[in-house]
Amino acid sequence: MKNSLRIKRSTGAAAAILGASALVLTACGSAPEEGGSGAAEEIDYTACMVSDEGGFDDGSFNQASHEGLLQAESELGVQTREAESNSSTDMGPNVNQMVDAGCDMIVTAGFKFEDLPVDAAEANPETNFVVVDYGYEELPENMRTLNYNTAEAAYLAGYTAAAYSKTGKVGTFGGGEIPTVTDFMFGFEQGVMKYNEDKGAEVEVEGMDTFVGDFSNTVKAKQISENFLNSDVDVIMPVAGPLGQTAVDAVNESANEDDAVVWVDTDGHEYANGGDTAVLTSVMKNMGLTVFESIEMDVNDEFASEAYVGTLENEGVGIAPFYEFESELPDGLQGELDALKEQIIAGEIDPLG
Amino acid sequence: MSPETPSFIDRLRASGAVVSVLAIVAAFIVGGILIAATDEKTTSATTYFFARPLDTLAAAWNAAANSYAAMFRGAVFNYDASTFTAMIKPLTETLTYATPLLTASLGVAVAFRAGLFNIGAQGQLILGAMFATWIGFTLDLAWPVHLLLVILGSILGGALWGGLVGWIKARTGAHEVILTIMLNYVALNLLAYLLNTPVLQRPGSTNPVSPQVNGSAMYPELLGDEFRLHLGFLVAVAATALVWWLMNRSTLGFEIKAVGSNRHAARTAGINTFKVTVLAMVIAGALAGMAGAAQVNGTERFLTESVAASIGFDAITVALLGRSNPIGVFFAALLFGAFRAGGVTMQVATGTPIDIVLVVQSLIVLFIAAPPLVRSIFGLGQRKKRKPRTPGRDAAVAATAGGDK
Repeated sequence: MKNSLRIKRSTGAAAAILGASALVLTACGSAPEEGGSGAAEEIDYTACMVSDEGGFDDGSFNQASHEGLLQAESELGVQTREAESNSSTDMGPNVNQMVDAGCDMIVTAGFKFEDLPVDAAEANPETNFVVVDYGYEELPENMRTLNYNTAEAAYLAGYTAAAYSKTGKVGTFGGGEIPTVTDFMFGFEQGVMKYNEDKGAEVEVEGMDTFVGDFSNTVKAKQISENFLNSDVDVIMPVAGPLGQTAVDAVNESANEDDAVVWVDTDGHEYANGGDTAVLTSVMKNMGLTVFESIEMDVNDEFASEAYVGTLENEGVGIAPFYEFESELPDGLQGELDALKEQIIAGEIDPLG
Repeated sequence: MSPETPSFIDRLRASGAVVSVLAIVAAFIVGGILIAATDEKTTSATTYFFARPLDTLAAAWNAAANSYAAMFRGAVFNYDASTFTAMIKPLTETLTYATPLLTASLGVAVAFRAGLFNIGAQGQLILGAMFATWIGFTLDLAWPVHLLLVILGSILGGALWGGLVGWIKARTGAHEVILTIMLNYVALNLLAYLLNTPVLQRPGSTNPVSPQVNGSAMYPELLGDEFRLHLGFLVAVAATALVWWLMNRSTLGFEIKAVGSNRHAARTAGINTFKVTVLAMVIAGALAGMAGAAQVNGTERFLTESVAASIGFDAITVALLGRSNPIGVFFAALLFGAFRAGGVTMQVATGTPIDIVLVVQSLIVLFIAAPPLVRSIFGLGQRKKRKPRTPGRDAAVAATAGGDK
């Protein structure tokens, strides 16, 4: 009894010494010289962003837009302020706080803000507002909305998926039957059709009328993905926000090595959990880039009220690199995709058919 | 409460008011340390702590002081602002945030007094908000009548949800903690469901949001357009007074307290414990339901899935901090309203994550729930009754305890 106590104490002391020395070691660095820093020179401009409930680490539009803000901070030297909303009731006060804090520009992302930014923009003409992925019929002078013609990029992804598919079947499903979702699906389908036409192939697209019904039912979404895989579909494009993860999980769990996912909105290779082994490519809205560009415009006094639409031409949309899947795609595919891209930009192909 | 279980609530209530205050102080000190520890400048300064130790201490002090200063500017008085309106706006924001919290907390407090641990304010609030919203956008009436109906509707919704718990508890003895927690989920999912059906969904929208309620169903703003503070605050204050009267002057209040102290003794003394249990939960639900109307018809104007935010759960903390006493709850709700309002400013002004506010709130509960801990931190000695210390001495003790940490 006594003995064990003593041992305990001595190990405790040893641990303490170890811990303390670790602390001392990490604390021994030399002090930095005053002044002088590597980043871009700071300028007198404050760009601000308010997130919705998802927060800046939501793996989706908040995070992607936020990266644009960080890019502006490091490359343009603007000051930034950011506020996460814990619930939708925090969003209004957060936006107001940003106005009061003297922000030159306030960025919000997503539909959850509803009319909040437009009301704030009308009440505060001195502050510019950028709204990502949501639109209004009429824009005040000091507001810019960023939306994306996703069908163009989905067309290229559909072509790629058809070229990749070993079973000759690809699939897609949506969260809800709304234009922002179905645009992806139609573009994807048209891309597959184009491949069939050019190559004389017969790749089928399944699930054009499959919808989860909401953006939160993970059980149903995963069931849909598994049903696809069981019926020989080997590429799935889920257009259902956070539910896309269920398709990635289903693909990673499936026995067939060739199964793959076409991710949407962001680069699934980085954003999806386990995306590096499952994501063939992604239909990307370049939200970070377009947010950065909006800030850059304003810094250069070129801010204009407009409803910006991201396209292949202005690089507001695009498809992600193929990473590990590069070697499994047919030679010459990249050339064909580049040619298709040119044709879409030139208006010779309508990605919505 | 039955004699075989020395109640948790009883123990909480038994600890002195000074413990509440000290718990807040201790939570702020720990919160300050956390702010400093997560601050970028501080952490980078610690890497050369031995080369220039003062850097670390200065950075830590700055981080904590700036954050709390920003919180004060956001919650009480903005001394940096240029106009009078902007200066006093924080205080009105605090009151606005406190409004739904106040009635919801009173509800929790009344249930506490009856010996019922009501975790269900969240669900009761949601039911109240659903009733308030529905009445608010479907009916077309003149102002005071419409608003009155909305308030009554929210009371009815919350009372139903709370009363259901009271009835099952009194009838079957099922534990109210389980019941209320589960009914929170039922309420939340019911809300999510109805927001996706035409009952509550905005026509033409694919998002889960309700239509806006009519202007005639809104609490009017008290101080004009510049401020969000609305009439609901005065209603909540009136509710506080009513609850005070109920608990301290009415027969029902006496019965509630009697049942809360000892259910068996109360029954032996001829009190109808069935009736008292149900009524206590009806009142608790009604008060929480009113908070739903304060949210929708006071500030938000429409219903979303997160209408309740974390009010229902904060209400438990507030009721504990206020020691289930209406007056205490009133001030505790103001404090938490200040946390909410100040937290927003703190996040925007200093980049301190708003989660710190949550940590401070949670620490307060922790410290209140463990009076001996607070007593030993502040060197108060165990229980039973020293003479009250002079405030100056207390402050000195608090300061040294803070310095040690």
